[in-house]
Amino acid sequence: MPSYTLTVNSVKKTVSVDADTPLLWVLRDELGLTGTKYGCGKGLCGACTVQYKGNAVRSCTLTVDSVLEGNITTIEGLSEGQNHPVQQAWMELDVPQCGYCQSGQIISAATLLSKNPNPTEEEINAGMAGNICRCGTYTRIREAVQLAASKLDE
Amino acid sequence: MRTSSLAGGGMLIGFNLFQACKPKAAPPVDLSLLNYNDFNAFIKIADNGTVTIFSPNPEIGQGVKTAMPMIIAEELDVAWKDVYVEQGILDTENYTRQVAGGSQSIRHGWDALRQTGATAKQMLVNAAAARWGVDASECTVSDGVITNAAGETLGFGDVVKEAALLEVPEDVALKEPKDYKIIGKDAGNVDITKIATGKPLFGLDYKVDGMVYAAVVRPPAFGHKLVSYDDTAAKAMPGVLDVIKIGEKVRGLLAEDPSFSSKISASDKVVVIAESTWQAMKAKEAIKVEWEEETTMESTEEHDKILTDLLDGTTFKTERSDGDIKKAFAEADEILERTYESPFLPHNCMEPMNFFANVTGEKVNLAGPIQTPAWKAGLVAKMLGREEKDIHLEMTRMGGGFGRRLYGDFVLEAAEISDAIKKPVKVVYSREDDMEDGIYRMAIKYRIKAGVKDGKITAYHLKEAAVNSNMYGLIPNFFPAGAIENYQVDTANYESNITTGAWRAPYTNFLAYAEQSFFDELAEMMELDKIQMRLDLLDKVKPEEDERIQYSPERMKEVIKVAVEKSGWGTKPKHIHQGFVNYYCHNTHVAEVADVEIENGEPVVKKITCVVDCGIVINPMGALNQIEGGVIDGVGHSMYGELQFENGRPTANNFDNYRMIRMKEAPEVETHFIQNELSPTGLGEPTLPPAGGAVANAFKAATGNRLYKQPFTKTPELLKVPAKEIIG
Repeated sequence: MPSYTLTVNSVKKTVSVDADTPLLWVLRDELGLTGTKYGCGKGLCGACTVQYKGNAVRSCTLTVDSVLEGNITTIEGLSEGQNHPVQQAWMELDVPQCGYCQSGQIISAATLLSKNPNPTEEEINAGMAGNICRCGTYTRIREAVQLAASKLDE
Repeated sequence: MRTSSLAGGGMLIGFNLFQACKPKAAPPVDLSLLNYNDFNAFIKIADNGTVTIFSPNPEIGQGVKTAMPMIIAEELDVAWKDVYVEQGILDTENYTRQVAGGSQSIRHGWDALRQTGATAKQMLVNAAAARWGVDASECTVSDGVITNAAGETLGFGDVVKEAALLEVPEDVALKEPKDYKIIGKDAGNVDITKIATGKPLFGLDYKVDGMVYAAVVRPPAFGHKLVSYDDTAAKAMPGVLDVIKIGEKVRGLLAEDPSFSSKISASDKVVVIAESTWQAMKAKEAIKVEWEEETTMESTEEHDKILTDLLDGTTFKTERSDGDIKKAFAEADEILERTYESPFLPHNCMEPMNFFANVTGEKVNLAGPIQTPAWKAGLVAKMLGREEKDIHLEMTRMGGGFGRRLYGDFVLEAAEISDAIKKPVKVVYSREDDMEDGIYRMAIKYRIKAGVKDGKITAYHLKEAAVNSNMYGLIPNFFPAGAIENYQVDTANYESNITTGAWRAPYTNFLAYAEQSFFDELAEMMELDKIQMRLDLLDKVKPEEDERIQYSPERMKEVIKVAVEKSGWGTKPKHIHQGFVNYYCHNTHVAEVADVEIENGEPVVKKITCVVDCGIVINPMGALNQIEGGVIDGVGHSMYGELQFENGRPTANNFDNYRMIRMKEAPEVETHFIQNELSPTGLGEPTLPPAGGAVANAFKAATGNRLYKQPFTKTPELLKVPAKEIIG
């Protein structure tokens, strides 16, 4: 089996997996980073969202051999001491219900704010459109993104 | 209630939610060696005063892991910030109702949880009083500190050893709501930090050394049966450890207990065992399988016709009958009759079904997301011919449940697989498995007929035609039962081979929309004020004369009045179109008003105002989350949710062909609670059913079109505003 060296949360990791293994399963089963969730396997629900080279990507549809060039940031590596403004806003507003989709929501929100620190409501809706929440926490997510944006301003 | 001191210091207080107190249990040797089965749910207090409270019920996202311990902590009089919360494990001996379902955890736990906290506090006070040589009645407690009349203080940790040796007091006093310090105050979800930082919490994250992964090849259609399979290619793939066939044990169980047969396929299934999830999922695709049609291949088209035939037919079971509807309809001046249709729905929990099992000669370890742990542990014991005491079940946090995780067909699968391969194994469903092998909300049709005489509603007849099963419990006695003299509810069903079951707010999730749309239309026909008509009907209800009527007309009228006021009903500018609904289910009274505006010629739901009477609100922050989520889930499914069948097979199997509500479609939700000191009721379900009705009634106001079918997007022509209105 071929081996690959990835940079995950700024640390180099080498894994031996088939070339077509999605990044999602490398993170979860090989590296034990289970914060990134499996939801649909087709890039449709956003539960598996991670950052690659600073962009929000769906780790369930990216094979391991396609993510070797840049840093991959997962929910576990988004901040030290859970102090990312998005995580803080999520905790302050108590956004999650079941919580399963929330890693993906947080990564999507953090990426949106990294590119657009003051998004309008419409821009938030558009930026978060790829993340499904069956529990219906959308209004709180919207509020939390706005709160995180205000924290970035401070 | 029982206590024991810990060798390592501290005290354990076990409690039985619904049983009499038990004598003292033997103290465990060491905290880390605690046999939780002996203690079940309990309060743990260490010598340093640290308090850990075990939450007994499964956490599904409804917030009980936070709210249930809050109730204990309130009566224990400890500061909430000093409490650690842990998930209790399954213990059928000492608990009853370790279930997440029916929005009942808080309602059923309310008295027992308070008594548990209060009893523990009294024992700690008694110990302190004995040490001081004073009367316990002169001591007060605040934030885990006991104070006597002289002003001396002792912490819980200082007296916990002595307290553990005392007699368990009976009939302890409970607090008055005015003295609450924790109940009624916002508390964040106890798992929030773990969720926000991606710590392992869910069944899919559960892992033990030596665990292997299983992906299951399931019948592609309902009614299919396995004939043969070729696993040559799959077995040659990397990481694949074995390919096996399962099904025999489940069939054995079904032969013994057929009540489960509408919830699980009896066909053989082919299972790939591999070293990783991906290897198992990939190898599964390489299995060549031959299936045969054992029973009918059903379709939505057929269901549609069958349900209509049932409504037109005479095979009904009468669930409730008051007066004489036949006579009343014959004498009526005017009659309104309408039929409402709903589709099958998958649950689509964001965490696909999965479960861990490790069957050994010694015991059976199970772990994962399950709403009904006791039921499933019992079924596994029966299926494997084991004693129930050999089954150890650990509940993980659930990535949603919505009823799907009541059934636990996946628990049986995991157990059968582990029993066959003699290894710890986790079964993981793909999203396609999850949607195609569901236990769905069944398709239902309602036909409602009302008779009017001399300006009064004199007759009401509700007929339900459903796939597999009909409304249950007290639903036939919900509003308008008791409000109309001649009233009848009839049900009929068609037995399908498609597995069906509970889905968030079973039956009412569709009934509320049908009934409340009907009343809206009835008010229009009778030229009555829509709100006044509802209030007048409620005036006629006398629950004191009929114990089947458990909704309170007074509480219902109150939520209606507050909703009228808070939503600005009837006072909005012309471009805002409103729809009104009031509803009672799961012991909670709710009114919702939808605000709809026209954008690009189509109605858009902008806001839902929601008024809720659920008695005392334990955790407002969590309660609001449940209410908002229920409303948005209700709007989403009534707008978009639909699963069709062709040749026994669902036509959607992932989120590219099944539409879920997304952020831009989620309306603002404004919530108001009715303040009272009545015992609390649940919130996981009651705000979902009214949402679809509020939207339908507001759409009528906006477009002039009544919607009789869910999802509403199924009839796009009815979601257009007539051209003249746009121009005008």
